[in-house]
Formats: sequence, structure tokens, C-alpha cells
Amino acid sequence: MNMMIKAYRRKLDVANGRVDLSHGAGGRAMGQLIEGIFHKAFDNDWLRAGNDQSAFSVPGGRMVMTTDAYVVSPLFFPGGNIGTLAVHGTINDIAMAGAVPLYLSASFIIEEGFPFADLERIAQSMGAASREAGVPIITGDTKVVERCKADGVFISTAGVGMVPDGLDLRSDAARPGDAVIISGSIGDHGVAVMSKHENLEFDTDIASDSAALHGLVADMIAAGGAHIRLMRDPTRGGIAATLNEIASQSRVGFRIDEDKIPLKPEVAAACEFLGLDPLNVANEGKLVAVVAPEGANAVLATMRAHPLGSEAALVGHVVADDNCFVQMTTSFGGGRIVDWLSGEQLPRIC
Amino acid sequence: MKYIDEYRDGRLAKDIARQIAALADPGRSYHFMEFCGGHTHAISRYGLEDLLPANVRMIHGPGCPVCVLPIGRIDAAIALAMRPEITLCTYGDLMRVPGSNGSSLLKAKAAGADIRMVYSTLDALRIAEAELEREVVFFAIGFETTTPPTALALKAAIAKGLGNFSIFCNHVLTPAAIQNILESPDVRKLGTIKIDGFVGPAHVSTVIGTEPYEFFAGEFQKPVVVAGFEPLDVIQAILMLVRQVNDGRHEVENQYIRAVTALGNEKAQAEVANFFELRESFEWRGLGEVPYGALRLRPQYVAYDAEKRFSMVTPAAKDNPACACGAILRGVRRPTDCKLFGTVCTPDTPMGSCMVSSEGACAAHWTYGRFRERARQVDVGRAVA
Ligand code: SF4
Repeated sequence: MNMMIKAYRRKLDVANGRVDLSHGAGGRAMGQLIEGIFHKAFDNDWLRAGNDQSAFSVPGGRMVMTTDAYVVSPLFFPGGNIGTLAVHGTINDIAMAGAVPLYLSASFIIEEGFPFADLERIAQSMGAASREAGVPIITGDTKVVERCKADGVFISTAGVGMVPDGLDLRSDAARPGDAVIISGSIGDHGVAVMSKHENLEFDTDIASDSAALHGLVADMIAAGGAHIRLMRDPTRGGIAATLNEIASQSRVGFRIDEDKIPLKPEVAAACEFLGLDPLNVANEGKLVAVVAPEGANAVLATMRAHPLGSEAALVGHVVADDNCFVQMTTSFGGGRIVDWLSGEQLPRIC
Repeated sequence: MKYIDEYRDGRLAKDIARQIAALADPGRSYHFMEFCGGHTHAISRYGLEDLLPANVRMIHGPGCPVCVLPIGRIDAAIALAMRPEITLCTYGDLMRVPGSNGSSLLKAKAAGADIRMVYSTLDALRIAEAELEREVVFFAIGFETTTPPTALALKAAIAKGLGNFSIFCNHVLTPAAIQNILESPDVRKLGTIKIDGFVGPAHVSTVIGTEPYEFFAGEFQKPVVVAGFEPLDVIQAILMLVRQVNDGRHEVENQYIRAVTALGNEKAQAEVANFFELRESFEWRGLGEVPYGALRLRPQYVAYDAEKRFSMVTPAAKDNPACACGAILRGVRRPTDCKLFGTVCTPDTPMGSCMVSSEGACAAHWTYGRFRERARQVDVGRAVA
């Protein structure tokens, strides 16, 4: 974040003002925006140093790095907003490697005309999310684009973290017989966002499950580190996409049990109403773990003892299958495939 | 929520499945067609086939509005959308349906056509109101269930004096199509399959009632059970059909008494009748020309009829010759009988309409049922070994 501390500073009118092109032009206005909104919200020593980058120390060992872009619409939804997602999502991507997340960066692409008040709300909640997670946002960037060239605001976050010694989780590590554990109810985030979609508005109390999972992961590793083969957070594409991804990377199949998958009745009802399959709906605070059979019970018990894993469930097993099919026994006792979604998930016509 | 659980009770389903197995006469086979893609979807998604005895077979019918839309109508819509003054509003599913020569609305949109994805007729109406300088055309498709909303949108457009809103009408009618499957000499020529009864779509009957099937059940001596879309509805309807066949009856029965009556929603029917009239003939993909199988706007609403207003032509277009959609829509072939299934044709790269909509037979089989082929292959392999 390029800081400009010069004379003639006028306070940003956060309540009524809007982002204009000058806020991205690299001049005084931009400095003011960054100071007045982002630094205030993310406040820490690294940012206060005012450099275009931040130097930081890391413990020795294997490091992970990840980056992700967030373009959710609507920007605000029950249980969070684009900013909290950008913090939680990147922390979770690091945590899925079993790593301890250390630092984040955040860049903003803001559409001309975007209200300061909304930007501040987003920044404040990002600051709060990163503080709560103990992972500071230590550098960033701001660009402003002309009206209609973006959808309000886009956020990119990157993060780094350190993998504990001796831990090596790999996506091709699932083996027949391994247990599949889900940390809690599926589809909450996707349904919460859809409930605020301008064309679909419907009444539901469902809030996004957006949360940082590194604490849960740390407990799991302490309890059964050697037995955990891999972890994934089933975001876009839902658990269907995640399981299919693991299946093809590990060259195995899955057999899961519909009755065992945690699903809130409100989410089930909303999916029914919209003609969607909850297995394809996005989550932002859930993880799927593949665990060697001998460690499954210990890992499951540890997860259940953590607030973010209290509904964790063992939902099925890895099986040998050249076709890499994810098969499910339906609540009806029949069988079906759980496939990737093709194209976009769309509410049905009739 | 209770509502859903009640119709998804696995134990109850197994109980009904046991009754079907006990009643189904091992000396004969039962072929039932579920007309509607919604049922096809439920059967695949809940693996209902696994609960039925081997001699009770479900045949997937043509009842998906996206699947039965002939390729020429897609071509016509693309040609219209390419006109600079036109904004074409359409449902998401339609965007990916292949037109001629690998075209689709999705590709036309990428090429610059103003095509907007909407969730309802009213969204299109809103766009017309907001952008008075554009000609907003709603690509209307669907069976009897979706026709009343189109009628209401028209009514609203007229009341608001919206001169820039029109409808490309592709609404089709269920009973006519079912009848055509059994009766049409053309369809017979194309090959038919033995059908012992039909599962009729409940959502259609909430509008038209069960009565329109009476003539047909009597004339063709085929039982019809109107059923809901929950898996329990479907399996219960199958049991009712088995009973009718065993008793030698051919009646119209109503499994969905929680919402369907004999006469249906007469108010909705009246709204539809105000604005629409029967087309003497309309092409269905897979069924050919179906007499009185579709609706068009009445002549007094010509100003709102995109076909007339923009002198649209529906080109005679042929399906990809390797695509077996036609035969699949008539129930004479299964998705896996098509050479393209799962090789060049998948939901990500659909060659035919049956692979596009989640209610299409090919997509349903690909998405939920593929592993059965594998099981069959293994069985055959074992038998040979
Ligand atoms: S697999 Fe594809 S090409 Fe073959 S019938 Fe189905 S939709 Fe048509």
C-alpha cells in the first residue's frame, strides 16, 4: 500500500462519499483512501511502516503460499461479506496443507462510484476477521477502475504459512479403505448468498458458514496428524467437486452415504425450491478430510470437540475404482453418481 | 422441511418397492414411460431403478421443454438476437443448447449479441421497462406450467403500454405429445416401444387437471398416473400403474391429490386461453410434427408476437446425424445406445439437447447413473469368464 503522508489532508467523508477515479491514481486522494479505510481497519506494525512490501521473519521448514480472487455478488450476505470471505478463504487454503497461516496480503479493484461506507464496512470486517484469526494483513494494493468495469469491488488475497515438521499432505494420497470426514453441514454459504441474489430473494435464516479453519486443523493434526492423508475446503462446486477432484488426483473412487451427510433442513428446503443439489453448493467454513482408517475415530472425536467441527461426520470411504467415480447410496437405498457440476448451477425452469 | 422429509422417507420407499416386487407378475414385463424430465431426474438422482424388480422398466419420455425444442427454433432465436436492436431474454439452460453448426446462444452472446439470462418472465418485463430504447424479446418455453406466467407477463405489458416487449412463443402441450407417441404414423415409422402406462407430470396437472388425459387413457387403453416429483411420489405412482396393469384397468389416477384436481386451475387456464391459441402443428425434437402440440399468441396480440413482429423464420435444420436424441426422446433407445454418449457428448460438451438440461435423459444418466454401465460390463465380463 503506497502511503502518502503529505499536507492538505481532508478527512474522507466515509458516510456519504464515493470512490472516484482519483482514488486509484496514485496521488493524494489514494493515500487518503488507503489511510482512512484500509490502514485503519487492518492496523499493524508492518502497514504502519508504510512500504510497498513488508519484510517478515518465518520459522525454518516448509512454507506454503496461496492466492485467490474474490468476486462474489451480492457483496454483503447473511454471515459475512466479500472481505471476510477473502480473509477466511485464503487462511483456509493455507490450513488445508496442514500449515499454520502467518501473513496475508490484500488487493482491491474498486469500481468508480463505490460508496466509502460500504468499503469501510468491508475493510473493518476484514480487519476483525484477520485479528480474530491471528493472521495480519501486512501489505496490499488498491486500483480504481471506471464505472461498469467491475462489480463494486473485487478483492485478491494472498497468504503464506508454515507446514509443521514431518507433515506432508498431498492430493494424491487417498487410499482405498480411508475414511471421509466432513466437518459440518453443507451448502450453508451458497444458500445464504443465493437468498440475497436480486432475482431470487427468498426467506431463510441461513447464514454463511464463512470461518477460518486453521484452529480446527491444528487440533486435528495434534490428534491424528500421521493418519490424515489430505484435507480440502469444499468451496465453489461444493463437496461434489471436492470429492471428484480428490478421486481423480488419487486415482480412487468414493462411496458415500447420503443419510450421513450433515445438511440443515432449511438448506435442503431452499435447494429443493431452487432445484439445486446441496452437494454442488458452496461452503466457506467446512473441510473434507480423508483419514487412514486407524486414525478416523480419533480425528472425528477431536473435530467434534472443536466449535467449528461439532457436527463433523464420517460420511463414507475411499474405494478402489479405475473410473474414479464418486458413488452415493441415496437416502432411498438406491445408488447414484455424484458428479461435477457442468457449467453454472442454475435454478430450474419448471 | 417436514414437507420434504415426508416424501423422501427411505423406509417407506423400500416398503413400496417390496409391494411392487410382490405384485409384479414374474411372467410378464412392465414398461412405463415417465413423460416428464422432472421424473427422469428424480428417478436417476435417487437411484429408484435399483429398487425396482428387473421386469419393471422405466422408459424416459420426451417431457423436458429444453430437450424437445427443435434446432430450427434455436437457430431462429440466435438470428434474432444478432440483430442490434434486440435484447433476447432467456433461461440459463437454453443458452447451451446446440443450434446448427455448433452454434448456441452462449456463443452468440460471446460474439456480441445482447442475450440476458433471466429467472422469470417478470425479469424480462423489468428489463423492457428499464430500457425502453431496446426491443426486449422473451424466449418463452415450457409446458402448461410455465404458460400462465407468460400470459400474466403479457397482460402486465399491455396494461403498462410497453411497446418494446414481445414473446417468442415455444410453449408446448403435454397430452398432445403423449398421444403422439402412441398414435402418430410418423413416430411409428421411426420405431416404437411397448408402453404399458404413463406417469403424468403433476405440475402440468396442477394447471390443466387430470381430465385432459381421460380421453387418451380410454382411447389407447393405457393407464395414466399423475404423480409429484419427490422420489416417493414416483415410486408410489409405479405401484399404482402395476396394480392397474394387473387388474386390466386403464384409468387416470391421481397420486398427487395434495395439489391436483380433475379440473385443475381454471383461472390460470382462462388467462392462458385469453392470450394463446393452438398451433395446428409444431415440430418437437424427436417426435416430428405434433398436431395441436403447441401454442401461439392469438392474432389480436400480434404486436407482442416476436415471430410476427420481427418476421422471424424457423429454418429447416437437421440434428447432428450421429445424435440419437430423437430416438431417446421417444423411448426407443437408451442414452448409452448413442455412439456419442460420454465420448464427444457430455454435459460439458453437449452435442444434443438431451445432454443439456439436467432433466434430459442423457444428462441424467451421465450425471447420476453412469456407474451402472460399469457394473453391467463387469457382470458380462464375469459371465463370459
Ligand atoms: S449422448 Fe448426446 S448426442 Fe447422443 S443422444 Fe444424447 S444428447 Fe444426443
